[in-house]
Amino acid sequence: MKALIEIRGLHKFYGAFEALRGIHLDIAGGEVVVVVGPSGSGKSTLIRCINLLEDYQRGEVLVDGEKVVRGPALARVRAEVGMVFQSFNLFPHLSALANVALGPLRVRQMSRSAANERAHALLARVGLADHAHKFPAQLSGGQQQRVAIARALAMEPKVLLFDEPTSALDPEMVGEVLDVMQSLAHTGVTMVIVTHEMGFARRVANRIVFMEGGQVVEQAPPDQFFSAPREPRTRAFLQAILQH
Amino acid sequence: MNLIDTFFNWKVFWDTLPQLLEGLWTTILLGVVSIIAGLFTGLAMALARLYGPPLLRTLARTYIDVLRSIPLLVLLVLVYYALPFVGIRLTSFMAAASALTLVSCAYTAEIFRAGIEAIPKGQFEAAEAIGLGFFSSMRDVILPQAFRIVVPPLTSNCINVLKDTALASVVAMPDLLKQATQAQALSANPTPLIGAALLYLLLLLPLVRLVGYFETRHRAAIH
Repeated sequence: MKALIEIRGLHKFYGAFEALRGIHLDIAGGEVVVVVGPSGSGKSTLIRCINLLEDYQRGEVLVDGEKVVRGPALARVRAEVGMVFQSFNLFPHLSALANVALGPLRVRQMSRSAANERAHALLARVGLADHAHKFPAQLSGGQQQRVAIARALAMEPKVLLFDEPTSALDPEMVGEVLDVMQSLAHTGVTMVIVTHEMGFARRVANRIVFMEGGQVVEQAPPDQFFSAPREPRTRAFLQAILQH
Repeated sequence: MNLIDTFFNWKVFWDTLPQLLEGLWTTILLGVVSIIAGLFTGLAMALARLYGPPLLRTLARTYIDVLRSIPLLVLLVLVYYALPFVGIRLTSFMAAASALTLVSCAYTAEIFRAGIEAIPKGQFEAAEAIGLGFFSSMRDVILPQAFRIVVPPLTSNCINVLKDTALASVVAMPDLLKQATQAQALSANPTPLIGAALLYLLLLLPLVRLVGYFETRHRAAIH
């Protein structure tokens, strides 16, 4: 089966520092891939390259067979790739509803009533039906991140990217966001998730990708990854994070 | 009392008031036209300066730098007295409005640029990530937020434009100051000048207060 996301020989430099050192990765439609690794290993950079929020110097990324490059087609490709950010990045001047409805309204050219209807349905799905009229500043971090997930879903994307979605949250709010993500994973949407939540990774992922030093060191299904990692670097990483 | 008769002569004031009000109206008209034209051209200039192709960006930056460096009075005299030599003959209102707009455009562009640059990178990325094009990103996401930031400096710039309209009296524009000096010559009494000064204050003091109010509100909104 053809991969939905194809990443080929990706190299990314920040000046002389090589952040990504030749990444090859295929992700199939419907797959849930969790990318883990120490900070600075390039995992956030990698998923930001998928929708070209980050430029790279060598290699290529294809989403559903279409190459992601700068140009007139970029916005169209990005509309198929939803993204959830660590810092939520909700639009502070718009209500939760308007945040979610903006994409359908402007990119999908839906009528305002249809866009609002979809936004209401999605906010209900992330458990925020009663908060549609509120502005981001009136919502907790966990609620904001759930609105951000609804906003990404509103475009009905082929792929959802999550860039450390719970790292900026207070501990008591992590669960509500992970719950929403877990329920999404069961709907068959393709997800690429960068996270430090190992319990979540184990429960939800089809495959875990371990990165270090800008390279993919090892990838495996969660059971095998956590119980029988092959690479010494993977074992060292797991030991460091799981001993607490 | 002689001093009162000289500077605050009630009869002279009352007789020249219609003339002063006519001048005030011209001043307001000139100010409003220049402010509005400056806002639109300034926004366009800021976008060209930030997001245009390299050549356009350089041109915009040069324009902004030059127009912020040249004294308004010099520009005004150039537009009114030099342009006729190349066949461009503007009325005094058009000359003054052009000069004020050209300069206001440059200052407004810098204000908008600062406002846009103050928007966090994450907002641009979120807009890009849902597939919004440049136009929609600006209209729906970036500019509404930038506007809130720039309201105080924009109001401040409006005050400057309104004040600078007084320079138009140099090119025989019958604005408030020009009317006042004419009335003063006619009545051989400086009361109209005092009247004009008071009318300027009446027009501008509330605006100055307004800037203070906007700034307080803006600080409150941040914290």
